[in-house]
Amino acid sequence: MNGRLTSILRLWPTALAVLALLGAWQLAASTGAIADALGLDSFLVPSPAEIGDSLWTDRSLLADNAWVTLQEVVAGFAAALALGIATAVLLHLSPLARRISYPLVIASQTIPVIVIAPVLVVWFGFGIGPKVAIIALICFFPIAVNALDGLGTVPAEQRKLMRSLGAGRLRVLTMLEAPTALPFVLSGAKIAAAVAVIGAVFGEWAGANDGLGHLMLVDNAQLEVPRMFAAMVWLSAMAIALFGLLSMIERRIAWWGAAEHGPQAEAGGR
Amino acid sequence: MLAGIELEVAPGETLALVGPSGCGKSTLLELVAGLQPLQAGSIEIDGDPSPAARTARSAWMPQRDLLLPWKRAADNAAVALRLAGGDRRESRRRAGAMLHRLGLSGFADALPGELSGGMRQRVAVARTLLAGTPVLLLDEPFAALDAITRGELQTWLRATLASEHRSTLLVTHDVEEALYVADRAAILTPRPAAVTAVIEAPAIPAAARADAISDPAFVAARAAALKSLGAAA
Repeated sequence: MNGRLTSILRLWPTALAVLALLGAWQLAASTGAIADALGLDSFLVPSPAEIGDSLWTDRSLLADNAWVTLQEVVAGFAAALALGIATAVLLHLSPLARRISYPLVIASQTIPVIVIAPVLVVWFGFGIGPKVAIIALICFFPIAVNALDGLGTVPAEQRKLMRSLGAGRLRVLTMLEAPTALPFVLSGAKIAAAVAVIGAVFGEWAGANDGLGHLMLVDNAQLEVPRMFAAMVWLSAMAIALFGLLSMIERRIAWWGAAEHGPQAEAGGR
Repeated sequence: MLAGIELEVAPGETLALVGPSGCGKSTLLELVAGLQPLQAGSIEIDGDPSPAARTARSAWMPQRDLLLPWKRAADNAAVALRLAGGDRRESRRRAGAMLHRLGLSGFADALPGELSGGMRQRVAVARTLLAGTPVLLLDEPFAALDAITRGELQTWLRATLASEHRSTLLVTHDVEEALYVADRAAILTPRPAAVTAVIEAPAIPAAARADAISDPAFVAARAAALKSLGAAA
C-alpha cells in the first residue's frame, strides 16, 4: 500500500509534464499557430481535443483494428520468445553452433525490416503470417542476445559447485543457468515488446486489409489526420501495456534481479 | 604446479592443507573433487581413481557460499538431495532438520539475501553435508568472514565434523584454524607445492576455543607449524 502510494507520488511530475504538453499543443493547434507556422490548412493539424473526439466516435473501428494488430503482436512476440530462448540455449550449450550461427543471429538484426516486409507479403499474402514473421524478426534479437548473455553470466565456480553436488549438464542448465538468465530474458523481452508494435505497423504497411497500421494508411490517403493520431495512441498504449505486463511478470518471477552475481563475483578474488 | 604430495585421510578424519596463497591448495581440492583433469599421479577415494567416482563421492565447498539467490535457505541446503532425485517435500524436511542441527532453526524459509555472512556459510556447510558423500572438501570456508564470526564458526565446524563420520580436507592459510578444526595439518611449500611437514593437532578436550588455542600443547604445535611454513616460504 505504502509502496503503491509512493510510486503514484513519483508519477506526479511525469503526469504534470504530459498535461502541460497537451495543454500547449491544444492551445497551439486550436489557435492555428502550428498550421500557420507550417503553412498548412488547419484541419491537417488536429488538436488533442479532436484526437480525443476521434478516439471516442471511431472507438469501435479503432478497437476492431487494434484487436487485429494485437493478435499479430502477441503471436509475433511469442514466436520470438520461443525461438530466441531456444537459440540462446543451443548456442550456449554448443560452442560449435555458436561459432556457426552467432554471425547469422547478428545478421538477422541488420536486415532492414522495411525492406523485407514487402517480400514476405509477396510470399505469404495479406494475412497474419507476414506480420507475425516481421514482428518475430524484430523481437528475436534482443531476446536471444539477452538470454545468451544471461546464460553466460554464471560464474565457472558456481557451475563446478553444482557438478560437485551431483548435477549433470542438463541440471546445471535447468537448476542454475536458466534461473540466472531469467531476469536477462525478461529485460530483452521488454525491449522486444516496445519494438513489436513498430514491426506490426511495418508489416501492415507492406500489405494488409485491416489493423491499426492499415487504418493509418487509409486515413492518410483520406486526410483523416485526427484518426491517424488516434491510431497512434492505440498503438503506443498497446506497447506500454505489453511492457507493463512484462515488468509485472518480472517482479513476480525474477525478483532477485540480474545484478546478484556482480558484487558477489568481485568478492571472490583469491 | 603440484609436486610430491602424498597424503591419506582416514574415514572420520580431518586433514588441513596449509600453505601460502597461490601454492595450489585450491587446485588440489578441485583435483580431488574430479572437477579438473589430473595431469600426473593418482587420487583415489575408497580405492577408486576415476574422476567421475571422485566427483560422486566428494562434496566441494568453495570460499564463497554461492547460495542461489532465488532459493530459500532450506532449498539451497537441499540442492544435492534434489539433484539426487529426492522429492521436494522430503528434501526440504531433511534440509530443515540439518539447518536446525547446525543452529539455524527458524531460518529455513529465509532467502540468502536476508542472512548474514556467517549464516550463509552455515547454510553452505549444510548443503555440503547433505550431499551425503564420504569425503568433504572445504576450501577456505571462513576466509571471507570477520574474525569474530570466523572464530565462532571454527568452534562450530569442529563440533559438526566430530559428529560426522566423514573424511574432510580443509584448505586454509590460517595455521590456528588448521590445528583447531583438523586432526592433522599438512604444511605445503609455494609452487610447485610439496608437503614439508605434517603436524598432529594436539588433543585438547577444552570446550572453549579461547582456552584450547592458549593451551601450551596447542601453542607448541602452532609454533612448529608456523616454523615449517616459514621455512617453506
